[in-house]
Amino acid sequence: MSVYTEPLQALIDELNRLPGIGPKSAQRIAFHLLKIPKEDAARLAESIVVAKDRVHWCRVCFNVCDSDTCQFCADDGRDGRVVCVVEEARDIVAIERSGAFKGRYHVLQGAISPIEGIGPEQLRVRELVKRLEDDAITELILATNPNVEGDATASYLARLIKPIGVRVTRLASGLPQGGDLEFADEVTLGHALEGRREL
Amino acid sequence: MSRGQYRDEGVVLRTYKLGEADRIIVFMTKAHGKVRAVAKGVRKTKSKFGARLEPASQVLLALYEGKGELHTVTDAEIIAANRDIREGYNLFVHAAPMLEAVDQMAQDHEPDVAVYLMLTRALATLNDRRTPLVTTAFFWKLLAYSGVEPRLDSCVRCDAAESLSAFDFQSGGAVCTNCSYGGGVPISSEALDLMRQILGGHLNQALAQTVGETTAEVERLAIAAIEHHIERRLRSTTLL
Ligand SMILES: [Zn+2]
Ligand SMILES: [Zn+2]
Repeated sequence: MSVYTEPLQALIDELNRLPGIGPKSAQRIAFHLLKIPKEDAARLAESIVVAKDRVHWCRVCFNVCDSDTCQFCADDGRDGRVVCVVEEARDIVAIERSGAFKGRYHVLQGAISPIEGIGPEQLRVRELVKRLEDDAITELILATNPNVEGDATASYLARLIKPIGVRVTRLASGLPQGGDLEFADEVTLGHALEGRREL
Repeated sequence: MSRGQYRDEGVVLRTYKLGEADRIIVFMTKAHGKVRAVAKGVRKTKSKFGARLEPASQVLLALYEGKGELHTVTDAEIIAANRDIREGYNLFVHAAPMLEAVDQMAQDHEPDVAVYLMLTRALATLNDRRTPLVTTAFFWKLLAYSGVEPRLDSCVRCDAAESLSAFDFQSGGAVCTNCSYGGGVPISSEALDLMRQILGGHLNQALAQTVGETTAEVERLAIAAIEHHIERRLRSTTLL
């Protein structure tokens, strides 16, 4: 039995279904929403509906966009031969901020996670392979997160794609800039050693 | 009662994102059973934890128990990184079901050194020998340790030692052809032999077996048996 009136409980339940929001946070946010002015709440509700309506996936790379293809796929100034594979559309923002990449993207919309039952079929892998068959892509840069799920995804993709004859690279991972060597863990240091470069 | 600072060693079973940059890490520890602890800032690229708190890592831990339900990780050092598991898709999908099974079976704060040692050895063996049979063997050994060692040399219904051709999860063992009408899944004599090796102290011999139909059969049976035992599905086995 719920202790709250039904509309409030319904709101808490909806919030609780969002990623990273547990029952306690859901309660806290719900009470916050009850306290704010009605206009603010309406604006939030409206922006969710509008975003759901107008934002969709790029037909080519599955980035978020508001037309048929995203800004990167539509831009002829970008190098279509190099494709950077990321887990989520927000990772594109981080890579763009670096200013170091001028190719195109492919968004997997997740990473392989056995514990959550997420395999390659739940990701945009089939669409990636299709792009490799159709487009003049010569190199894939795997920019999945440097954690277990990201590594498993990269290793799966490398095994799948190398036989197609496309060059497959993985973002170098190693020591964070501005850190002290002595605090580095063995795995990170191992990566840094393997990825060392000539000066 | 809270114990403040304490040290232990543990294996990372799984992690959950928490807030902007933190994670909740679920450990199977050696002396404190299953422990859930927050690792603050672990998702930042400059975190002091680095890659130490990823699933399948075995680490030496400093933990803090405050008033809340969750403990806090204050320090972690690598005992075994099991790097090949962490970086290879094939090994990782075979490690994940072991981690998930221990997460399901172990109790919070109830020490179980045997399970901890079985898990650390299985991960090390998977990392080195790279055979999927490690997961299968781990499941059967975990079941045996939990008191449900399957009977493999005679029929669980009539004691006959001949023509064993089925396996019944409910009664926990082999069933002869005559009795198999009463339920059970078919099992080959090769699969029965492999299970006898695994549970009869010939693990090395078993792990040397070439991966094929028989090993796949015993793997399927092991998953079904463990799911029967914990009364729920293991999500991570869908990728095997
Ligand atoms: Zn696009
Ligand atoms: Zn019988």
